[in-house]
Amino acid sequence: MKEILKIDNLTKKFGGVCAIDNFSVTLEEGTVHGLIGPNGAGKTTIFNTITGIYKPTSGIIEFMGKDITNKKPYQVAQEGIGRTFQNIRLFSQLSVLENVFIAGHLDADYDLFAAILRLSKFGKKEKYLRENCIELLKILGLYDRMNEKAGSLPYGHQRKLEIARALALRPKLLLLDEPAAGMNRDESKELVEFINELKEKFKLTILMVEHHMDVVMSICRRITVLNFGKTIAEGTPKEIQTNKLVREAYLGGEDVAC
Amino acid sequence: MSGYVEGVIILIGINIIAVLGVSILTGFTRLFSFGNAGFMAIGAYTSAILTTKFNMPFIISLLGGMFVAALISLALGKLTLGLKGDYFLITTLGFGECTRVLIEFLDPITGGARGYAGIPQKTTLFIVLISVVLAITVARNLLNSKYGRNLKAIREQEIAADAVGIDTARFKQLSFTVSAVYAGWAGALFAHYYMFITPVMFNLDKSSELTITVVIGGLGSLTGSIIATTVLTLLPEVLRSVANYRMLFYGIAVVLIITLRPNGLMGYKELSASWIKNLLLQIRRMFRCRKEVA
Repeated sequence: MKEILKIDNLTKKFGGVCAIDNFSVTLEEGTVHGLIGPNGAGKTTIFNTITGIYKPTSGIIEFMGKDITNKKPYQVAQEGIGRTFQNIRLFSQLSVLENVFIAGHLDADYDLFAAILRLSKFGKKEKYLRENCIELLKILGLYDRMNEKAGSLPYGHQRKLEIARALALRPKLLLLDEPAAGMNRDESKELVEFINELKEKFKLTILMVEHHMDVVMSICRRITVLNFGKTIAEGTPKEIQTNKLVREAYLGGEDVAC
Repeated sequence: MSGYVEGVIILIGINIIAVLGVSILTGFTRLFSFGNAGFMAIGAYTSAILTTKFNMPFIISLLGGMFVAALISLALGKLTLGLKGDYFLITTLGFGECTRVLIEFLDPITGGARGYAGIPQKTTLFIVLISVVLAITVARNLLNSKYGRNLKAIREQEIAADAVGIDTARFKQLSFTVSAVYAGWAGALFAHYYMFITPVMFNLDKSSELTITVVIGGLGSLTGSIIATTVLTLLPEVLRSVANYRMLFYGIAVVLIITLRPNGLMGYKELSASWIKNLLLQIRRMFRCRKEVA
């Protein structure tokens, strides 16, 4: 199997606080990798460092054999890493279609003059992009709501739209930050199926942060457990479930020093 | 058409061009500027100097004014666009005032505080109408393309815009430069209509007037900006006797709009045939409800 993302000894310090301490992970193409840990363990910080929002203090992030450690957020996205946010960040005044439309901007490769003079190239590309976006919305079950304002969608649909928007980028790697947040048992079961479907359809590799253990255990091939920025365990769901350190981190026990 | 009416229409046209620039910047990118009168001044003085001192044809002076405004916006944008919200606003305010003071200071070239006189009158009603149609078309086409969509994405959620691969710095710069070009355009037309310009014409009052017009018209709406400009330019003409209290009325209007209609007249909507149809349908439904109640 091909490695798609390789993180080597990633460290991020905020002043004296060590938010991520020597984090390493390798993602194989076509797998789902879970990132779990108590609140404040540094999961979202890892996402923000991969996507270039934070500059790492040290360490290397390699994506498809390319060093993306010090790239800017938009460059990381253009390389093919899509993401969703823990606290939903949609373009809320705009319609559902526009949200996806925006994310497809890289496919609209006309220049400023073509846009202003409305050259035929512009029309063709826009039409093509629009069809693609509608197709994507159909797959994600948002087609009926395409013209609604994104901000007025029900919560579950907003989460889906965030995924749709990330997919419009045609990413190879998708980072999902708590996709099941606020969902009940049935909904999260549906989500697991949904994510599996998307993974097959779009040939994705997924790295996800999640608190719902049933989701993580049923979907991830491998899991990394973090506590206070440190990796305390990595392995298959079975190995994680029986790991002593993991139990301590979640249920309390002897202090794990940072 | 009487000269007076023609003059008012020309003034409305010039204001529309300047306001459209601010509308793209503030209404569609959410970058607030209190310095666009500075770009108007640059357009006005550059074009005036090109016409009078270098005997350039009007079209060249016009383009020259727009070009210099664009160049300065590029330099200024490089320095300031990295700043967040309010800090950016303060720098634009500083820029506007600096430009005015600098023009006063450069007496030998600009005529200083006494003003720059002897500009030939080249701006006609026809030229203004063409300019307005062109300005509206370019703005509309720009906003209804990936460029405009990317600006709206920055307005709505900058972090998410970054996450879908939008180079936010580049698109903010685009928005800022387009707004400067529009301001320069309006300034050049202004100079060649009034034939006499002074730095005070382009002070903070003018800048805030432009931004206030956009807010009243509604953020994210070109038609809202156009309607608001027309109304706000006509009002002082209609109410000549109280025209001195213009800024007072603006202030009251902004307070009323922000409390009663926070999105402005047309916030995030465009006036179009389907919009009017919807409105009529709603009104009809309202009447029908009343009848049924009665």
